[in-house]
Amino acid sequence: MNNKNVPTNIVLAGLGGQGVIRAANILAEAAFIAGCDVKQSEIHGMSQRGGSVSSDVRFGECVLSPMVPTGQADYLMVLHPTQVENNLYQLKEGGVLLSTRNLIGEGGDMTVLDIDDTPLTSRNFNVGLIGLLSTHLSFSDDVWHEAVRRHLPKKVHEENIAAFAYGKTLVK
Amino acid sequence: MEPKERQLLSGNEAVALAALHMGVALGTGYPGTPSTEILERFSSIGGKAQWAPNEKVALEVGVGTAWANARALVTMKHVGVNVAADPFFTMAYTGVKGGLVLVSADDPGMASSQNEQDNRRYAKAAGLVMLEPADAQESYDMTRLAFELSEEYAIPVILRMTTRVCHSKAIIHAGLPAIPEREAHFDRDATRYVMVPGYARPAHRRLRDKLKRIGQYSEGAPINFAVPGDKSLGIVTSGVCYLHVREAFPEASVFKVGMSYPLPIEKIREFAGSVDRCLVVEEGDPCLVESLRTEGILCEGKDEMYRFGELNVPRIRRIVARDTSPEAPAAKGKPPQLCQGCPHRMAFSVLKKYDCIIMGDIGCYTLSVMAPFESMDSCLCMGASITAGLGMRHALPDAEARRVVSILGDSTFMHSGLTGLAEMVYNPPKTGHIVIILDNGTTAMTGMQEHPGTGRTLDHQATGKIVFEEVARAMGVTNVVVTEGPPDFDKAVREALSKEELTLIIMRRVCRLAETKIAAYELAAGRCQ
Ligand SMILES: Cc1ncc(C[n+]2csc(CCOP(=O)(O)OP(=O)(O)O)c2C)c(N)n1
Ligand code: SF4
Repeated sequence: MNNKNVPTNIVLAGLGGQGVIRAANILAEAAFIAGCDVKQSEIHGMSQRGGSVSSDVRFGECVLSPMVPTGQADYLMVLHPTQVENNLYQLKEGGVLLSTRNLIGEGGDMTVLDIDDTPLTSRNFNVGLIGLLSTHLSFSDDVWHEAVRRHLPKKVHEENIAAFAYGKTLVK
Repeated sequence: MEPKERQLLSGNEAVALAALHMGVALGTGYPGTPSTEILERFSSIGGKAQWAPNEKVALEVGVGTAWANARALVTMKHVGVNVAADPFFTMAYTGVKGGLVLVSADDPGMASSQNEQDNRRYAKAAGLVMLEPADAQESYDMTRLAFELSEEYAIPVILRMTTRVCHSKAIIHAGLPAIPEREAHFDRDATRYVMVPGYARPAHRRLRDKLKRIGQYSEGAPINFAVPGDKSLGIVTSGVCYLHVREAFPEASVFKVGMSYPLPIEKIREFAGSVDRCLVVEEGDPCLVESLRTEGILCEGKDEMYRFGELNVPRIRRIVARDTSPEAPAAKGKPPQLCQGCPHRMAFSVLKKYDCIIMGDIGCYTLSVMAPFESMDSCLCMGASITAGLGMRHALPDAEARRVVSILGDSTFMHSGLTGLAEMVYNPPKTGHIVIILDNGTTAMTGMQEHPGTGRTLDHQATGKIVFEEVARAMGVTNVVVTEGPPDFDKAVREALSKEELTLIIMRRVCRLAETKIAAYELAAGRCQ
């Protein structure tokens, strides 16, 4: 993570319906529970119809603007292979790109996720990537699990905690 | 609720919480991004909230509540204020008894709107107080302050938010609830509430006197404050831009305007005089800079290119550097599309097949302007499909006029379609006309809100229901057809196109995304579909 006066900047992107905003909510909640100052911002409105969606999450000691300044993202997390290209400009030099590739491999197909022998499905894929992101951040597992629980209905808690744990194992 | 408890809330959620803490008796509005979640949240945390058929109705209901000495919160998106503009201007004259706060949620950059009008102009035009929060904490604090000011000065207060403020989450510390201890009642006073010219003339003078007093308050109000800094650069700013400015220029002197009408002119004059270069950084129209210049304050504004779209840290750096070189084009994302299985899809395929001239409207179905349909020929404002279609039918040569159809959604029909039907019956074009309602049983575009045609309240309980076909027949539309599937719909359109009759075709099929939820609400309400 960054030094104290500069917030950590994360941009999450994907398509409407993939759970981009949900993932951003979980991330912001984790930072909140961990006691950071945090801001989360997104543009949504017509997102149910499969258009591009993105959300900015910033946390640290003190966060001013709710938007990640262009080209200043420390991490860019992209949930859909088609959305990497148009979001790369957000990433700062030396920033980390986390994308479908990290979880399902090169050329991986989102639609066949369910039949893979992993706990990942296209529904919890967002939380899987959050698991992977978590390995770069310093929040404890308890914090992450609590954040996941606060933003998902009870009946899918276990499934999502498993997806989170699986994401964590994929550090390359 | 523990006081000073730390919470992570969006601007919209913070407004709802403040409204609850201020004992708001009624929240009303019409859905519209980015304002929609305020009333939904207010309802879910225990407030009484309801959707009105449109914004004019909502504002008038709110005014009545406030005249009855109770507090009212009215929410809408920026263009909603246009619909409500009639009561908006005159409520400044009548004033209120209980607090009335109107949230106007502007959308610079048009994330999901048809224009990027700047509603700061409305406050000045009507003479209403306007507060502008920068983040969730200010949204909470200013909502509370707005109710206090509204009651102290007996004037409605506008809380002007923008998409970034509405939809950004930040940490807030809420205060203790301050529920007013008083009864709703009405004190008759015709000089105040009956705006005939004889009473309106003194009312206008009263309003201007009030604004003078509020202007004095503004000069000392803590929400208008200076952040001391380096004297070489002084920035006057408001709303979320304040945060971008502090981040981009942490050393600069900054004046934050929290009350954008009436402005703390003397305080700003003093600030401007204390710095070498005074620059106004504002999103949207040059409202603030114009007001300051009218008052003889020397200040610099942004270049015209920054009127368009949202501002952010990099753009503010450019404004300060007077950089007017072309900006990098915005990254092209994937535009939204009608969902797979959306019932609207079929309707546009049919209309395209018959080469109709399609006067469209606003809702999910507006997306039919995109490939593969590319079939919508106009979209102006809610309700204009019917009326603009009638205008075309009157003007076009007969053969072309017969191809004109008007198409709109169920929520849009309730919002402003009824007067269009009245116009059609009253001034029928000689080739007749065809109106199509795409009745998907919800306000899908803004996230599945209820409306009078669904027969369910904001929190999805059964209530009175407007049945479109019955209304249309009662109004004098002679050919009313209800269809549910593609073959029926195709046949209805084909037949209507060959007649010269006033026709209403209702295409009734539930929104694919809302299907499951609606079935559950109907089951709970003990009604089967
Ligand atoms: C005056 C005004 N108020 C609100 C809106 C926001 N808005 C756009 S379309 C719409 C309603 C759409 O519902 P409906 O007509 O039922 O169509 P659907 O999206 O369900 O297809 C709303 C609330 C607006 N554009 N203008
Ligand atoms: S949300 Fe409903 S109405 Fe809108 S595109 Fe999807 S299915 Fe159609």
